[in-house]
Amino acid sequence: MPRLAPLILAGGLGLAGATALVVAWQSSSQARSPDATVSEPFATGQSSETTQVKNASSALPEGSAAEEYLVTVRRPAGPPRITLAGTDPQGRTGSVACSTCHSVRQPDLTNVSAATLDEFHQGMAFNHGKITCYACHNPDDADTLRLADGSPVAYQDVMTLCSQCHGPQATAFAHGAHGGMNGHWDLTSGPQTKNNCIDCHDPHAPNYPKMVVGFKPRDRFNEPAAHDHEGAAPHGDH
Amino acid sequence: MATTEPKKLPTLPVIENPTRRAAVKGGFATLGAAAFVAAVSPLRQAAKTATAAEFMQKHYAELTPEQKADVIARLEAEAAEKYGAEVTIADDRPIPGTKFVYAINLSVCNGNGKCVEACHKENNHDRATNQSYIRVLEMPKGTMDMEQGSTTYTGTVPKDDKFYLPVQCQQCDEPPCVDVCPVKATWKEDDGIVVVDYNWCIGCRYCEAACPYHARRFNWKAPEVPAEEINPDQSYLSNRVRPVGVVEKCTYCLHRTRRGKLPACLEACPTGARVFGNILDPESSIRWILENKRVYILKEELGTKPAFFYFFD
Repeated sequence: MPRLAPLILAGGLGLAGATALVVAWQSSSQARSPDATVSEPFATGQSSETTQVKNASSALPEGSAAEEYLVTVRRPAGPPRITLAGTDPQGRTGSVACSTCHSVRQPDLTNVSAATLDEFHQGMAFNHGKITCYACHNPDDADTLRLADGSPVAYQDVMTLCSQCHGPQATAFAHGAHGGMNGHWDLTSGPQTKNNCIDCHDPHAPNYPKMVVGFKPRDRFNEPAAHDHEGAAPHGDH
Repeated sequence: MATTEPKKLPTLPVIENPTRRAAVKGGFATLGAAAFVAAVSPLRQAAKTATAAEFMQKHYAELTPEQKADVIARLEAEAAEKYGAEVTIADDRPIPGTKFVYAINLSVCNGNGKCVEACHKENNHDRATNQSYIRVLEMPKGTMDMEQGSTTYTGTVPKDDKFYLPVQCQQCDEPPCVDVCPVKATWKEDDGIVVVDYNWCIGCRYCEAACPYHARRFNWKAPEVPAEEINPDQSYLSNRVRPVGVVEKCTYCLHRTRRGKLPACLEACPTGARVFGNILDPESSIRWILENKRVYILKEELGTKPAFFYFFD
């Protein structure tokens, strides 16, 4: 037993020392805290931004008591403008509306893709099933599109046109299950913006384009899976 | 009577030999001193890496509002000192009546990794390691077994015979990571988000081992983030810059989602594969998906009950 005495003594010393340190630090922390400036103690984001509150659109649930921000579906600006290839003597280029040419030309319904055209729109990638130009474009008014029932529809409302064939996607879109979005999930705290069809899908070749992977985390799961003990650096027994 | 006590009885030599006894005593004293030094060395380490106030800080759940304010002020000051960034650390609490659920449309996800990058930036991850809470696995078609996936794919995606499975914290309703924490530094909040008190975590990494989704990360070193890249919009339980030696995880961006905003990974997704919402709202898009799509969960057999769903359409 006497041999243990120094150990016990040391243990006791250690405890006493630790207690002393802790006490010292506690007092110093208490001394610190008053001069620590509390700028914004609990600045949560729940500060009520009551500006621009609008009523829910018809697509949103009815009967919600709180006023809700709008879900905005992005829309194309309007009929596309065709950029002219050539320049005028001053070196300026320009863009023209579809109707600039198409109002003075007879529509040729035998053209089913850009491949058979001998001027304009040549080389355009077209890969959208077996539909033809005038399945969507309006031969009677080049600045609008045309629905399957023959009624014209504005370029801004292109989603109405797409939804004729792509019903399941349109349904999923209406329920927030298709298409990207930004903003708020909680419409009582802020608005939401959703993409429209042609933000992601080129109407002439609607397959989503391939992408190149850019960003990669560097962690152990990104090491090659093979665990080669022959060539591996020593890393302990197992 | 001098003859009756001629000599002491022989005793143990070690007691008789004062020199040897002193040596043994000295040896034990040295051992004792060494033990003391070893015993207080964590305190000395703590003194190096932590302020006294941080060392004395209580568990998040036990902090009074005044103490929380002090803690947050201290953390904001530390961020300014260590990272040169003016940050705001809020204490976002769950919104009553919400339970957050995530869903990913695997028919749409093409593995481009924009979500991984967005998470990296939003959550102030270490720039050198490109750390992120999200891993996108390139999976062979025909299985949902995430262990067959690979994260090392590069180049053009999607590849024809693969699909892509983004995996992050599943915010399980039966979280094994919470069960194993020896100090209760991680817990599940009322809106379903599993959080970590980075100042209470002791860095034992049990939770990292317990998580079947490999969703937790350990800070092997203090994150290095340039001041101009620090996201100043922070929350105590979320994306404030974590100290070295603690475990961290996806919090469904609670510093955004508890303020009504969408998570950063969702906003970054160029394909629109991600859906986020409140499962308690019967009109929410997430409810529509659960009711109308065939949804999968990862490693269902483990009984972790993820709040994270995958579907094809």
